[in-house]
Amino acid sequence: MNMNQAPVAVLFNSRLLTTGGREIQHSATLPLRSDEHVVSVRKLVREQALELKLSLVEQTKLVTAASELARNTIKYGGGGMVLAQMLSDGVRRGLRLVFADDGPGIVDIEQALRDGFTSGGGLGLGLGGAKRLVDEFDIDSRGGEGTAVAIIKWKK
Amino acid sequence: MERIPILRIGDLLLVSIQVDMHDRLAMTLQDDLTERIVRDSAKGVLIDISALDLVDSFIGRMISNTAAMARVLDAQTVLVGMQPAVAITLVELGLTLPGVKTALNVEKGMALLGKSHLR
Repeated sequence: MNMNQAPVAVLFNSRLLTTGGREIQHSATLPLRSDEHVVSVRKLVREQALELKLSLVEQTKLVTAASELARNTIKYGGGGMVLAQMLSDGVRRGLRLVFADDGPGIVDIEQALRDGFTSGGGLGLGLGGAKRLVDEFDIDSRGGEGTAVAIIKWKK
Repeated sequence: MERIPILRIGDLLLVSIQVDMHDRLAMTLQDDLTERIVRDSAKGVLIDISALDLVDSFIGRMISNTAAMARVLDAQTVLVGMQPAVAITLVELGLTLPGVKTALNVEKGMALLGKSHLR
């Protein structure tokens, strides 16, 4: 597979690919195929968190959550993409990140969110840990089709 | 291949991580450190992460594993310079780095390693 190939389309028809009526101010996508792409995602998210004027602690939490989810997309989903959207709900602005892959999907989401659960030899902190670091967390996974995870951090 | 330099000071090894590490680079550092502990008969390892603005579960695990490997090779590991925002995030993530000694800076880390030698 060409490691630099950017996914061109929505990987599967997930409800997470819409924002639930929130206005998208601008958006960007990055491919997730290799270790280096995880570093690119951290950089992009850091830049957008700065634009959102998040505090240093909130920036760090968001970038760390993004790093965990980007790695999951590659390691468990076999690669995919991340969509970064600067949102406004009329009152506040926030950064929404959607990680999507067309991998095997997660059979038991509850179990996957539990700390210590891992199917891949990791620490099992990725999903549950990422959830704790952000304001909103949503996951949509279908066996054989793929997984999408959406997170939002609002500027408070 | 990209590598993080390991400096030797007496019987200590010092690593200062200055780049945003991808996973392969973290694994290479773990392997290199383990090898150098044996080759240099090092008694202590100082890992300075003051320039790191992120420690996620993979990097955290690399640090924990390195400390565990160093321990069985008769060397102590001290992690120094963690930024406050990184510490807050690590704990919230659920990563507590069991078995890893920490110090606020390189100087305090060296003092800690110096003391543990005499025991």
